[in-house]
Amino acid sequence: MEPAADDLVFALPAAMRQEIIDHARQESPRECCGLISGVKEHARRLYRLTNLAVGNSLYEIDPREIYELEFREMPNHGTEVLAIYHSHPASPAYPSATDLALAFWPEAYYLICSLVDPVAPEIRGFRLAEGRVREATILFEEYCG
Amino acid sequence: MVTDGAVHVLIPTPLRRFTAGEAKVVSAGATVNELLDNLGAGFPGLGERLRDDDGQIRRFVNIFVNGSNIRELQGADSPLHAGDEVGIIPAMAGGR
Repeated sequence: MEPAADDLVFALPAAMRQEIIDHARQESPRECCGLISGVKEHARRLYRLTNLAVGNSLYEIDPREIYELEFREMPNHGTEVLAIYHSHPASPAYPSATDLALAFWPEAYYLICSLVDPVAPEIRGFRLAEGRVREATILFEEYCG
Repeated sequence: MVTDGAVHVLIPTPLRRFTAGEAKVVSAGATVNELLDNLGAGFPGLGERLRDDDGQIRRFVNIFVNGSNIRELQGADSPLHAGDEVGIIPAMAGGR
């Protein structure tokens, strides 16, 4: 992996960070998933979405939910997909080979929430494109806005 | 050449680099397969993202006709009519 690139910075509001952790804990041992919309890197809204994958080691967001967000909800609000999140209930907050192979949204940050340490969940963020993992610096913002 | 009337195609953000940034394009086809033929011809690079070397729609590409997933219709043979709205959604997926 390459070190965090200076140009990759994602500001995650504290409330959204907590929401991802809550979602991950509620879905465990299954993987949770969802996305964050926003404008020009400013996170506006977090959507918990449905994981259609069978079992505890995969996630696949219900494409119908993505359709509604991508073509209806977000255009209506002037927002776009900023980040896609999912949890790794029992593995580190780092993209798996499957995560990389199935990364079809190269402009989005992929946030991974690991519950390996149950009392101290870890969230890291990456850009995944063309077989490449680039880690982003996640700024955990105290206030939404 | 298919002349079954215009179909509006919604292009998701990650595929707009193949449509000069356009979020919606107009194309045509009597079926989804014919539409994909025309999209591939009209927008170089797009066709390969949607179908594999055998011409099958890729497992992690979802296509909707008027809001219905074609996997719940007739797949690539799903019929299209003038004025239909087709949306393409690449999967958001992965695993540990």
